[in-house]
This record gives sequence, structure tokens and C-alpha cells, in this order.
Amino acid sequence: MEKKIRVLVAKPGLDSHDRGAKIIARAFRDAGMEVIYTGLRQTPQQIVETALQEDVDALGLSILSGAHMTHLPKIMELMKEKGLDDVVVVAGGIIPPEDVPALKKIGIKEVFGPGASLEKIVNYVKDCVEKGRG
Amino acid sequence: MVNKEKINQITEERKRWEKTTLQEWMGQRPERKRQLHNISGIQMKRLYTPEDLKDSDYLRDFGFPGEYPFLRGLHATMYRGRLWTMRQFAGYGTAEQTNQRFKYLLKEGETGLSIAFDYPTIRGYDSDHPLAMGEVGICGVAVSSLKDFEILFDGISLDNVTTSMTINGPAAMLLAMYVALGDKQAVPRSKLGGTTQNDMLKEFHAQKLMILPPKPSVKLVTDIVEYCTYNLPKWNPISISGYHIREAGANAVQELAFTLYDGIAYVEAALERGLRVDAFAPRLSFFFAAHNDLFEEIAKFRAARRLWARIIKERFKAKNPRSMWMRMHVQTAGFTLTAQQPLNNVTRVTLQSLAAVLGGTQSLHTNSYDEALCLPSEEAVRVALRTQQIIAHESGTPNTIDPLGGSYYVEALTNQMEERALAYFEEIDNLGGVYEAIEKGFFQREIADSAYKYQCEVDAGDRTIVGVNDYCIEEEECPIKLFRIDPKVEEQHLARLRKVKRERDNSKVKQLLDRLHDEVEKDKNLMPTIIEAVKAYATLGEICDVLREVYGEYKEVIVI
Repeated sequence: MEKKIRVLVAKPGLDSHDRGAKIIARAFRDAGMEVIYTGLRQTPQQIVETALQEDVDALGLSILSGAHMTHLPKIMELMKEKGLDDVVVVAGGIIPPEDVPALKKIGIKEVFGPGASLEKIVNYVKDCVEKGRG
Repeated sequence: MVNKEKINQITEERKRWEKTTLQEWMGQRPERKRQLHNISGIQMKRLYTPEDLKDSDYLRDFGFPGEYPFLRGLHATMYRGRLWTMRQFAGYGTAEQTNQRFKYLLKEGETGLSIAFDYPTIRGYDSDHPLAMGEVGICGVAVSSLKDFEILFDGISLDNVTTSMTINGPAAMLLAMYVALGDKQAVPRSKLGGTTQNDMLKEFHAQKLMILPPKPSVKLVTDIVEYCTYNLPKWNPISISGYHIREAGANAVQELAFTLYDGIAYVEAALERGLRVDAFAPRLSFFFAAHNDLFEEIAKFRAARRLWARIIKERFKAKNPRSMWMRMHVQTAGFTLTAQQPLNNVTRVTLQSLAAVLGGTQSLHTNSYDEALCLPSEEAVRVALRTQQIIAHESGTPNTIDPLGGSYYVEALTNQMEERALAYFEEIDNLGGVYEAIEKGFFQREIADSAYKYQCEVDAGDRTIVGVNDYCIEEEECPIKLFRIDPKVEEQHLARLRKVKRERDNSKVKQLLDRLHDEVEKDKNLMPTIIEAVKAYATLGEICDVLREVYGEYKEVIVI
């Protein structure tokens, strides 16, 4: 049997808008994935440490505080340091479209803005992880 | 409202209509496929008639504006006398920038100030805290000490404005700064008017910007209620908030029920403190969201007003009618704004504002159309304010009191909202009350369930969101100019904080913080010492640290 996809849903930054994070966590779970949710206000170090400990295939970052350009590059840097380059990282929240190219450049695969459908996000993560597994 | 004989006649006639006119019509033209229930899950009937109000009694359940049970409005003339307060939530960047935005809004006709603080401030951290990095001045204005507050209100006299502060965990510190600033401006404390949100319970259900555990949090809330009762007669010590509960995913019934249940908990806490209900209840205020379903929202506001009046009169035996007043502020629901075709948000906000006005709100904030993308630009903020002004001055809506009163649909829905809220009260009572329900994750689970249900309905196309799951534009260009915060803000703010810490009398600050520590342990009302401490330029973070030290920090119950 194919190994279940393990995904970490994390909330960096000081904001507490967890509606989206929780919905997406449920959607991943309903799609048959194993989901770990960090809870609010995680530092980049905490998030990457959890990703490492939990041996995840994918990491979903939800941020609505406006501080994404501070926290997300830090997270990606630490992911590299820990050798987690193969983890599929996606982001969501209030992220202006003009910031997306810079985020993709540092290795975030996709950014899902408000209104993105759950199916689209779930399928995207599934496809990326499966492609990675070959 | 209508006599029994007449109701029976209407029932017979309705049945006849269904069999003849309706059936014939539908035979040729079936109804559209549509949602049969509103967001709260209440089934909507095709048609409402006097039958739906057969158990209502006009004098008992409706009454007259300005009189119990206040269904038709808090005031005798409502908007014919005075329009609602147009209060736009604002704050970003440095204190200087927000001061400019305040002056701009006042010049454009705003009638009350409302401060948005940044996340470090909200969480009780100074801007130099490691967790504050990248967050200073982004989602609101950074306030670390009284110095920032002095700049924030430069040129604005506190006896000419009322100010609402969206602050909870550190509400006592920000209120203390307002009092300190008032003293500096030589405005008598009896004249200081405004609101501290100071609603900690909803933090545990939804907003989750709590610092301390639930019981010490409510202790601090009650300190403020007590202090205001004796010292700040024009201050609203709490704004009991459903807005965040709704934004986190609750439906309208849950918003109504959980908010009023929290309200009951605050009243009980103040009574335990030894205050008389009629001494503090008149200054309790409320805050709700206005979501998309026009009539559901109107019914919610009206039900909230009547239900609160009944609770305060019947359960808490208040004598003063003012104690029974539910004065409410409404904000249009940020969650409903779409990043797709953002100009459509102007229409959404218009309908939501109309719901608030038809629901009889005392004060209103309208969101800006660009808020699903970024912080609002000045132009977007102006359109939002203009939306209120158009409703006020062009639509004719304020010309009569409670225009929808007596609508079979609205009244039936209002009754249903009240009934369902009471059913929730019973459920929470059975769990052992608000603290136990928080511990068991009840509110979080209820809210997360509703949020997921709503999203699944949208995803399945059962609920249409224009521009998102229908009427979409392929490859949409962003048509608006996004507003951004200058990254230099953080550095400017930090420089000021360093200067404050250097120039103040540090031994005095230490002495006051030690005294505060002692008073926390002795369970005293902390307001007087916090006021002294902020006057000595003790920072927000330093004062919050004293509380964290004694009470410990709250660890989130994670529910998904």
C-alpha cells in the first residue's frame, strides 16, 4: 500500500486568523492525508523543527499578518539548512500577488490566495508529492 | 397579533392558494434550484404570512422604540434624531502616520475614532521583542509606551472625540494610557468617552489573541469594569464581541448565542465583585458582524437587542431601562471580501451596511474593497466611508424607525434566532458554563464545523460567491493599487522606544512594576497602579510581563 502523505499545516507570524488553516487541515485529512497542525504563532525555528520531527512530505503555511516577507524566507532558509529541500511547501493567506514571484523564487511551490478551492489545493499538494516520490 | 379566527381563515386561504394559483404557476415554471436554508441552517419558507407570528404579542414582544424590550430600536426617534456613528477602524505604521489618517478621517466626516493596533501590541509585546520582528506597524499602529500615544493623538483633543480601541489582553494598559493622556490634556476623567474592546472570552473561542488563561483574563476585564464604573462614567469598559466569532467561521445564530452568553459571564463577574447591575450594565456595549444574508443579519441584530434586554431585566433584575440597552457597533464582515474582482466588494459592503442600519445599530465600520489583498488604501477607505454616507443621506433608510418591523419574514426569523440562541445557552449551561466549555474546546469545535461546512458549500457550488466560484474572469489583472507599509517604520519605532527607555526615571519604573507585581498577587484592582506606571513610561511589554510572570501564559487548546 502506498504510504500516506504527511502534511504539516503551520501558522507563522503573530496573527491568529486560523479559519483558513483549520479548514485546509480538515480538507487534507478528508483527502486521506495525515495532518499535523501546529497551532498559532509559531516561529520559523519551531515550524521547521516540527517538519523535521514529523518527517512530512508537505508543508502548508498560512499567514495573514502581512509579515510574510519576513517569516517565509526565514522558514525556507532553515528548511534548506536542515536538508528538507524535498518537502513540498505551499503558502496561503493575505499575500499580495506582487509578492508571489519572490516567494516562488525561494522555493515556495505555490501561493493560494483567498477564494482558492479546497479541491485545487489538495490536488496540487497530492500531485507534487506523488511526482516527487516518482 | 392577529386574532385566532382570522389566522384560521388565513391558513385556509393559504392552502387554497397553494393548491390553485401556486400549483398552476409552478406547473409551467418550476422554481430555481437554490439554497433552502440560510447560513445558520434555518429553513426558509417560500412565503411568510401572519400565521408565522400567531404566537407573537405586539406589546409584549415588539413594543415601542426606546422602550422595553427594545426590539424596534434603542431610542425613541432612532435615526430621525441622530444618525449612527460612522466609526472607521484605522491604524498602521508609526504613530505619526496613524495620527495623519485620523485627522484625514475626521476631516472627511467621520464622527468617532477607532484604533487598530499591530500584533505585537495586541499580544502585549514591545516592538523590540524577538517575536515582533517583521510585524511592527503592519496590521495596525505600534504602541509600546505613552510616548507613542501622545504622538497618536497630537492635535486631537480628547474632549472632542470618542475613541474605540480594539485591544483585549493589554486593554488595561491602553486604557491607562488614554487616562494618562487625558490628564496631560487637562480633560476631566468624567469627560473621557470611548470603548475598550476588553472582551477576553471571545479570544478563547475565536480571536485567540489572549495572553493569560481565562480566569485571570476575566479578572482583569472586571478590574476595568469596576474602575470605569467609579471613575470613567462615559467609558464603555467592554465591547462584547461576536464579530471575531463570526469571522472565525461561526454562523449568525452561533455569533448571537456565544456573544450573549459571554455577556452574561461578564455581568456575573461584575456582580461577584460587588457592583450593582444598574451601576455598570448601562455601559456594556456590543460588537457584531454584518455578513452577506441581508435578512438573516437584520433578524440577528434585532433578536440580540430584545434577548439582551430580557436577560438583564428578567435574570439580573435590573431596574434602570438603560441597563437593558444593547448598544451595538457593527462591522461589515471582512471574511466576505473577495480578492477576485475586488470592486464587487463595494456592493457587498453596501448590502451589509444596510443590514446593520435596518437592524438598528448605534455605530458602524465599513470595510474597504481592497482588504482581501492588502491593508486598505486611503481611496478605498474613503469609498467605505462614503458608502455609509450614501445610505444615511441618499437612500432614505433612516427616515422611519425600524422599517422592517412587522415584516412576517423578518419577525419570524428574529423569533427563530432568539429561540436557537436560547437552545445554545442551555447546551453551554449543561457543559458547566463558559469556562468549562472553553476547556472542552466546545466553542472552537462549533466554529470550526460551521467554517468547514460553509467552505464545502462554496466549493461544491451550492453557495455562489460571485467572481470566486461563478462569474469568474480568467487571468484576472489586479485592478487596484496595493497599499504597503514602509519597512523603515519598524526602525523608527524602535528608535523611539530606545529613547523612552533611556530618558525615563528607571528606578521609578522598577518600583511601580514591583508594586504591580505585589498587587497582582494580592488580587487587587490593578488599574490605579497601571495608570501610574504608564505615566512613568513603563512600557506595555514590561507591564504585561508582570502579569505573565504571576499568572502564566495561556496554552492554546488546539481543535481542528
